[in-house]
Amino acid sequence: MTYNLETAQHPETLRRVAIDPVSRVEGHGKVTILLDDQNKVHQVRLHIVEFRGFEKFIQGRPYWEVPVMVQRLCGICPVSHHLAASKALDVIVGARKLTPAAEKLRRLMHYGQMLQSHALHFFHLCSPDLLFGFDSDVTRRNIVGVAMEHPETAKRGVLLRKFGQEVIRVTAGKRVHGTGSVPGGVNKSLSVGERDELLKDIYSIIQWSRDAVHLIQKVHTQDPGLYNSFGIFRSNFMSLVGHGGDLDFYDGTLRARDDNGKPIFDHVDYQQYNKYIEEEVRSWSYMKFPYFRSLGKEHGWYKVGPLARVQNCDQISTPFAEHERKEFVDYAGGTPMHAPLAYHWTRMIEMLHAAEVIKELLHDDDLLSSDLRVEGERQMEGVGVIEAPRGTLFHHYQVDENDVVTMANLIVSTTNNNQAMNEAIRHVARRYLHGREITEGLLNHIEVAIRAFDPCLSCATHALGKMPLEVELLDAEGSVVHSLSRG
Amino acid sequence: MSLTFTLDGKTVPFTEGQTILQAASAAGVFIPHLCYHPEFKPHGSCKLCTVKVNGRQTASCTMRAAPGMDVESETEEINAERRALTQMLFVEGNHFCPSCEKSGNCQLQATAYHLGMMSPHFDHFFPNRAVDASHPDVLLDFNRCILCSLCVRASRDVDGKNVFALSGRGIKTHLIVNAKSGRLADTDFALTDKAAQVCPVGVILQKRKGFAVPIGERKYDQAPISETVTEGK
Repeated sequence: MTYNLETAQHPETLRRVAIDPVSRVEGHGKVTILLDDQNKVHQVRLHIVEFRGFEKFIQGRPYWEVPVMVQRLCGICPVSHHLAASKALDVIVGARKLTPAAEKLRRLMHYGQMLQSHALHFFHLCSPDLLFGFDSDVTRRNIVGVAMEHPETAKRGVLLRKFGQEVIRVTAGKRVHGTGSVPGGVNKSLSVGERDELLKDIYSIIQWSRDAVHLIQKVHTQDPGLYNSFGIFRSNFMSLVGHGGDLDFYDGTLRARDDNGKPIFDHVDYQQYNKYIEEEVRSWSYMKFPYFRSLGKEHGWYKVGPLARVQNCDQISTPFAEHERKEFVDYAGGTPMHAPLAYHWTRMIEMLHAAEVIKELLHDDDLLSSDLRVEGERQMEGVGVIEAPRGTLFHHYQVDENDVVTMANLIVSTTNNNQAMNEAIRHVARRYLHGREITEGLLNHIEVAIRAFDPCLSCATHALGKMPLEVELLDAEGSVVHSLSRG
Repeated sequence: MSLTFTLDGKTVPFTEGQTILQAASAAGVFIPHLCYHPEFKPHGSCKLCTVKVNGRQTASCTMRAAPGMDVESETEEINAERRALTQMLFVEGNHFCPSCEKSGNCQLQATAYHLGMMSPHFDHFFPNRAVDASHPDVLLDFNRCILCSLCVRASRDVDGKNVFALSGRGIKTHLIVNAKSGRLADTDFALTDKAAQVCPVGVILQKRKGFAVPIGERKYDQAPISETVTEGK
């Protein structure tokens, strides 16, 4: 399958421009652009330049180690991996229903993470573009520049993230890479002191989150020509949807819609995910390309994350976030919004929802309970799915009768958005770079499109051992002495 | 008349037959060690408890205390050597603390913290060692073995089972299970054995219990090893 601008006909005749590394994103990636003599764009690719291999080296390890080990995929949203793995292993230890305390403590941990990750992405990584302009002075287009010109905004960004990190610390034991979630439940509850400490700040956090929604809403609606069309492409959407169609980051069933909002599938038990989703490997990236089986490679790719979730759910259970969701849906005019920059707006609605849920949970005495763990009939296989900050995250494990992992498959959020990000940057390249002299400001437009998806490139690279690969050994005259191929 | 020696200038009492390490522990003075356990005969192999007695280096777990000895332990020179030994133990095995369930309860990790070990310093060996998960209750992760032989001694001297042994020589020394198949499931090893309780690192582990204790409540979260390892603890 070849997509427009994915592969140039004669790359050897073209000039190569690289954005390496892509800045203000998590992990390491680069973009290559192939141009001809008239600066016309012939090829644009987002490459993920590292691989991790977790799926491989987790094999042979005892299953109870997995939630702690796999979260090392990432330092930004390790809680997502920690919990997705735990959910898969809940199935394996027969704990299909956790105790109320365990479920609420995990949910609290996860919503703390959504809050901190969304705050980090919006304030630290993206606000410089949004507040100063995409091709503004590069020396101030960073968080320090924001701190100097908009000190209150920058300060709130830092404090919002700090609060989310504190929620993680009291539930997981550490701000980064804790051990709180275990197969069948959690290993600690909250003390009264920990709960009260968080309660002191939660009302400010909610207010600041509301202000953040209003800030991005204002930025977006003031320049609809740019924000509604920048990097735009149409695609399917997918996300978990909670009970009764609620927005839910921790649990639910899978729902997919097409670009017009028409259902593709709904109420899908994620234990069956591989009946609905397939992954394609392409030779030029360590990141795989997932797609819906029913639609095939060409039409089955989709986007995940805030823009998908907020439009896929029927409602949001908390009042302020639901109000903002309705505002967003009204603005979109009753049809799905596909603009990548609308990710920011929906991301802030999600941050507000996370803050409101944290408040509700902190008023629930189940968080103080010591009834933390259950077990049932042991199973050999389990799937855990969670909505990570960047989108739907799948963990799938098989465990043998000696408790050792024999198979692991991870489809991480950014992988789900792989084709979508490539489409966005190709659109931007066509619109802004084609036929022009390349400048730093123009190249930043490409990065702005990538950043909208909040990609976490470090955890998205799993194609180890599966890429089609050809190796040729040549002698000094250039004749092939030996060749090996795979895939 | 009471018997005493000096340890880093401090007077330490001892009784006839006590080693320097035993007397120091009884007096509440910590000397780093890994292969020593108060319930077992000293082995003298890890060399971490090395001290200088009247200017000469010796293992304090095997050297009997004598009146008037001048013992040096907490010196920069000796701690630098202990640190190097600890670094070598880390690189010889596969010690991945971030995902090890013994983290926070591990004597090797706690000792490394105590000695201010900031990096492995040496090149990792990355040995290829399989996990023995055959036993229904106990997992053996040979990746973390530091050859202290405590399980060998406990199984032989307390349990009367002789389940473990050190095999090979020099750098090829490794822990084996005394069964024709080499699998723990094919021995009479039980979770209640003393040998299941003495591993100072994360080799012998009760299955399905990993990470049950939250961060903050693990042994060395409560106090550094220098305050927890004294005689009989």
